[in-house]
Order: sequence, then C-alpha cells, then structure tokens
Amino acid sequence: MPPNSLLGPSLGLSAILFSLGVAGVLLRRNAIVLFMCVELMLNAVNLTFVALARLHGAGGYVMVLFVMTVAAAEAAVGLAIILAIFRHKHSVDLRNINLLRG
Amino acid sequence: MTFTHAVWLAVALPLAGFLANGAIAVWRPGARGLISLVGSAAVLGAFAVSLGVFVELLGAPTQVPIVVTLWPWLPVEQLQVDVAFQVDQLSTVMLLIVTGVGSLIHLFSVGYMREDPGYARYFSYLNLFIVFMLVLVLGANFPVMFIGWEGVGLCSYLLIGFWYDDKVNADAGKKAFIMNRIGDCGFLVAMFFLWRTFGSLDFAYVTEHAPEMLPAGGALVTAITLFLFLGCTGKSAQIPLYTWLPDAMAGPTPVSALIHAATMVTAGVYLVARTNVLFALAPLSSTVVAGIGALTALFAATIGLRQYDIKKVLAYSTVSQLGYMFLGVGTGAYVSGVFHLATHAFFKALLFLGSGSVIHAMHHAYHATHSHEDAQDMRNMGGLRRYLPVTFWLMMIATLAIAGIPPFSGFFSKDEILAAAFARGGDRPIYYLFYAMGVLAALLTAFYMARLMAMTFLGENRTGERERGHLHEAPWIMTGPLVVLGGLSLVGGAINLPHLVGGHAALERWLEPVMERGAGIARLAMPTGSTEYLLVGAAVAIGVLGLILGFRATLARPVLPAREAPPDTGLALVLNRKYYVDELYDALVVRPVAWLSRVVLWKGVDQGVVDGLAVNGTAWVSRLAGGGLRLLQTGQVGIYVVLFLVGALWILRAVIR
Repeated sequence: MPPNSLLGPSLGLSAILFSLGVAGVLLRRNAIVLFMCVELMLNAVNLTFVALARLHGAGGYVMVLFVMTVAAAEAAVGLAIILAIFRHKHSVDLRNINLLRG
Repeated sequence: MTFTHAVWLAVALPLAGFLANGAIAVWRPGARGLISLVGSAAVLGAFAVSLGVFVELLGAPTQVPIVVTLWPWLPVEQLQVDVAFQVDQLSTVMLLIVTGVGSLIHLFSVGYMREDPGYARYFSYLNLFIVFMLVLVLGANFPVMFIGWEGVGLCSYLLIGFWYDDKVNADAGKKAFIMNRIGDCGFLVAMFFLWRTFGSLDFAYVTEHAPEMLPAGGALVTAITLFLFLGCTGKSAQIPLYTWLPDAMAGPTPVSALIHAATMVTAGVYLVARTNVLFALAPLSSTVVAGIGALTALFAATIGLRQYDIKKVLAYSTVSQLGYMFLGVGTGAYVSGVFHLATHAFFKALLFLGSGSVIHAMHHAYHATHSHEDAQDMRNMGGLRRYLPVTFWLMMIATLAIAGIPPFSGFFSKDEILAAAFARGGDRPIYYLFYAMGVLAALLTAFYMARLMAMTFLGENRTGERERGHLHEAPWIMTGPLVVLGGLSLVGGAINLPHLVGGHAALERWLEPVMERGAGIARLAMPTGSTEYLLVGAAVAIGVLGLILGFRATLARPVLPAREAPPDTGLALVLNRKYYVDELYDALVVRPVAWLSRVVLWKGVDQGVVDGLAVNGTAWVSRLAGGGLRLLQTGQVGIYVVLFLVGALWILRAVIR
C-alpha cells in the first residue's frame, strides 16, 4: 500500500468528524455533550495532522502531542466547571445557564 | 492459513463480543441468554484459537519468535512501530492461561451475575478486558504491549467501579487507576531510554542486541530495568504501590478472580520474564526485584492473618503470592516465576470463585430474610461445609495447593522459587535473607488459609437461625468451572514436574528458547542431591505446620458473629488496619496535594491572581480610565469644537509633512 493512498480518506473522515463536532456544539444544549463535541473537533484536527505528517515530516506528530496535552488540561478545567455548575444548579443544561444575559 | 498467522483472531473475537454486547447493552439490556452466549462464545473461540496456536507450536518448535505484523502504526522517521503480534513459547503459555481461565470465569459469571441489572455492561467490559490482556501478552514490541497494559488498567477501573452507585466502589476504581498511572509513568520512561539506546522497541531486536549494546551491570541498564519494575509494582501490586489491590475487591467477585488474581496482576511478572535479558544484565535491579518480592510476600501475608472479609484475605494472599513470583524472576529463575504464575492462576481463581459461591449463598440467605448483615464477613459464616459441600472440597484443594502441600500444584512452583533463592544465596548472600522471608511467608500463607477455611466452613454456623434454611449450593453453571479449576489446581504441577519426582521439567524445556539468553547471563546452579531433599522437606514441613497451627488456633475458641464481636486491640488491630499504610499515604501524599490545591492554587492563584489581579484588576483599570476620561465629556459644545480643531490641525500637520 503506497503511503499516500490513505490521505484522501483520512482527510475526508477528519472533515466529517469536525463537522459533527461543530454541529453538536451549535445544536446540543447539554454541557457534557457540548464538551464531547469540542473533543471530537480536536481529535478531527489531530487526524489531519497525522495524515499530513506522512507527507511533511514529523512536525505533525509533535503537534498532535501538543494538542493532546492542551486537550487534557482543557478537559480537567472544563469538567471542573461543569461539576461546579451542576452542584449549583442541579442541571447541566446550557439554557439554564444565563446569568450573564443582558 | 495457519492458526499462528491468524492469532489476531484471538483478539478480534472478544473485540467483536465487546462491540456486540455493548450494542445489546444499549438496545436490549434484558436479553440475558443472548448476552451470555455472545460473551462466553467470544472467549471460548479465543481459547480455541490459542489451543490451535499451541498445537502448531508444539508440532513445529521455533527458536525465534514468529512475528505477525498487521499494519504499520507509528512510522515516524527512525521510530518505526508496527501493530504486530509475537507468537512464541511464553506468549502461548499466557494465551492459554488468559483465555482458558477467562472462559471458565465467563461461564461462572453467567450464574453469579444473573440478577444484576448491568448484565450486558458487565459482559462487554469482561470481553474488552480479554481483548486488552491478549494484546498485552501478544504484543511484539513495547508500545503494543503498553496499549494492552493501559487497556487492562481501564477495564480494571471500569469493573472495580462496576456498582458505581456506591461511592466506595467508585473511589476504589479511581484509586486503582491512579496508583497504576504512577507505575505506568515508569514504564514510559523505560521505553524512552530503550528507544534512545536501541533505536527500536521490538522485543526481538532488544533481546538480541542487549548484551552487546548495554554493558552488564551498567547504570543505563539498571535504570531501564528499575523503571520497568516501577511499572510492575503498580500493575502487579507490589510495595509501595500495592494498596489499590485490596480495595479492588469492591468489584464483582468473578472480576476479582479474573483480573485481580489470575491474569492482569501477573502482567508485571510477564514483563520481567519477557525482558529477562535486560534484568539478567542488571544484577542490582534483579536484587531489588527479588527483595521487593520477598518483602511484599511477607508483609502482605501478615496483613492477611487478621482480615475478616473473605475477599480481603484472598486479596492480600494474591499480593503475597505475586511477591513470590517476583522473588522467582528476580532470582533469575524466570521459568519458576512463570510456573508459579500459571499454578497461581488456577488455585487463586478457584479460591476467588469459591468465595464467590460462598458469598452468593450468604447473600441469598440474607436477602431472603431482608437482613443487612455483611455477606462477606467470615465471622458470619462457619459450618458452611454442610450447605456447600462441593465448594468446600474444591476450596480445600486450592488451600492445600497454595499452602504448598505435595502433590498439589502450588507445591512444585513455590518450592522451585524458594530453592532458586536459596541457590542464589551461594554467590549473593542477601538471597539467603530473601529465602528466609519466603519460608516465613509460606508458613503464614498456610496459617491464614487454614484460618479462612476454618472460619468459613468448619465449626458452628453463625449465619443466623432464620437465614440458615436459605443457604444452598450454587447452580451447576457456577460449580462446573470450579470443578475444572479444582482439577487444574490438583494436577497443574505436572506441567513442570521436577526431575526429583521423575518428571521432565516440561515447562522449563518449553520456555527455553525465550529464557535462555537471560538464564545464560544470570547463571543459577540449582541445588541437587541431599540439599534438594532438605529444601523440599523443609518446605513441606512448613506448609503442614502452618495448616495445623491455623486450624487449631481458629477452632480452639468459638468465633463470635460480626455484630457481637469485640473490637480488635493491639497487634491484631494494627494488622486489621493494614499497618495504617493507607493513612500514611493519605497524610504524606493526598493531604499535601489537597492542601496545595486548596490553599495555594485555589485561594492563592485562582482567587488571588486570576480573579483578583487579572479579572478584577482589568475591570478596575477600565473603570479608573473611564472615570478619568469621563471628565472630558463636559456637554459644552464649545470645548468639543476646540478639541476637534486641535485634532484636525494635528492630523493636517502630519499629512503635510
């Protein structure tokens, strides 16, 4: 199998995953689901990095590690916030979280 | 297409079972028959593949491992890692143990978990565990093994916290997960070192080139092996990272049997056996491995003396027996370590499943009368032999095996490890100390097992008047696997019968192609003649003595039910509270971290710097600036015009220049 034959499908899959993530963030109202959609987008980007790293050298792989690290930190902070909100409101529905509404 | 080249099927079948049961868990969680069929068939299929691989390897023995490459995984410049499985004598032994014992435990679970609402979830997790365990033992390089290593950790976490409604169980799962991460960090660091040194992470390459690329006894190989061993202490519950395993008993009992006794916790022993060349090149590390093993064996055995929860006794027994295995591989007797791994898988799985059968009966009895007594507390049992005869006799076999009574399986493997430690004492005297610790631990092992059997099955029944009538033997789907394991515990020693009793040391010869490099460097002259007879005699005498003392001490005075029993005092309390190690770790690690998070990071950094300086500070600056600039808004048009003119002239001047 030539190394680039998977490039097209990989980028296509990445695009689909990213679109799913965007759609989820825009359409869903549950904070946890929203959060998972953000992770989905990050991983879609990771897949692009990995796919293109085959062509352009190891930089892409290194970038993926950075993205994963940031995603892990973001997950910790994000989940902590969601937990705090749940303790406060007994719900993680974003429609109820509107204290900043003008 | 041979079985060997289709070895990926052994992984793919349970994976399919996991996906199918996962799907059923979502859409048809009530379809118990289908779930049991899919879950058990997947593992039995994997067992069939393993048998096929074994028969093929038996027919055509190979000196070099057969590597089945599936696809390239990480092709990054010099780092080339494939998803590849390695079939050799060692991985075949592990394949058979994991899928064989795994199949039996799946069948047992069909009966044990029958009334659980999470039936489908349970079987999908159990299948996933088999997948990762097989990846762990089949991986042809460190990263693939690491996937399995992490994967079994995940499944362990999921199954310990299986009844997550109860916070205690969820906490036990978290504890296991976090303790294992500490060890895994060591595994990762060791991999970095290995890659820097060899430029490859394949087992075959590292094994072949280690003697020429790593100076024996050098700092590098010592560091690599010590970091690897840190990984082992996490996964295989050795000092200092063992505290998660007793807590892991919060999971369902078949899970304790499969993951926390027979298979996953032996992964560390497997890792040392797999990288035996590296450990043989680092005598210091080997001594550390043997020392930690001997210390853990003794330490955990003393704790096991004063536990009342039947599963806690078995948990500490597991920690202790794992210590024996590390004593074996640390001594350079790699085959003995693997041998004990195999026999321990049989008799400890039997003990755990037997305790599952006991708990099943106790739970039903208490359930029938709506009592809230503890179904796992041995003080509430007693005299169960009359109600559970099959379980009693089978657990008796396992007890004799673990106590090292010939001709039961545990005798041969334990004896080999102790003899090897004694032999190593010839050139490194500290091993005599390890040998003595091992012998003392063997005495304690026999003692606490006799205590367990006596408290559970002998004497007067203490379950309660009304409950007594509801005690009954488990259905055949649960006793069947017990009988098979009983047979294996009885004759399992035959796989490596020593020359002393007319055997051919079959396992030793079978594993020779894998172990010869390591064993060649760390030469070990096993005792022969009268010394051998003396060592065997001492081992048997110790086992018999421990059993007699244990039965007599326990039956000497009546045990009180848990409700009426007086609290422990003195040394008994210290042992019952496990030497307060959990409290020590809490004071040394957990509380300082919590304090740092609360006082420094939360109150200091978050509330002080982020909220105070950054957020409120910005607002304050804006407000101040706004307050100052507001003075310009006088509302008098004349001033505006003057300012406008000044500004326009200023721009004009800039443009003209």
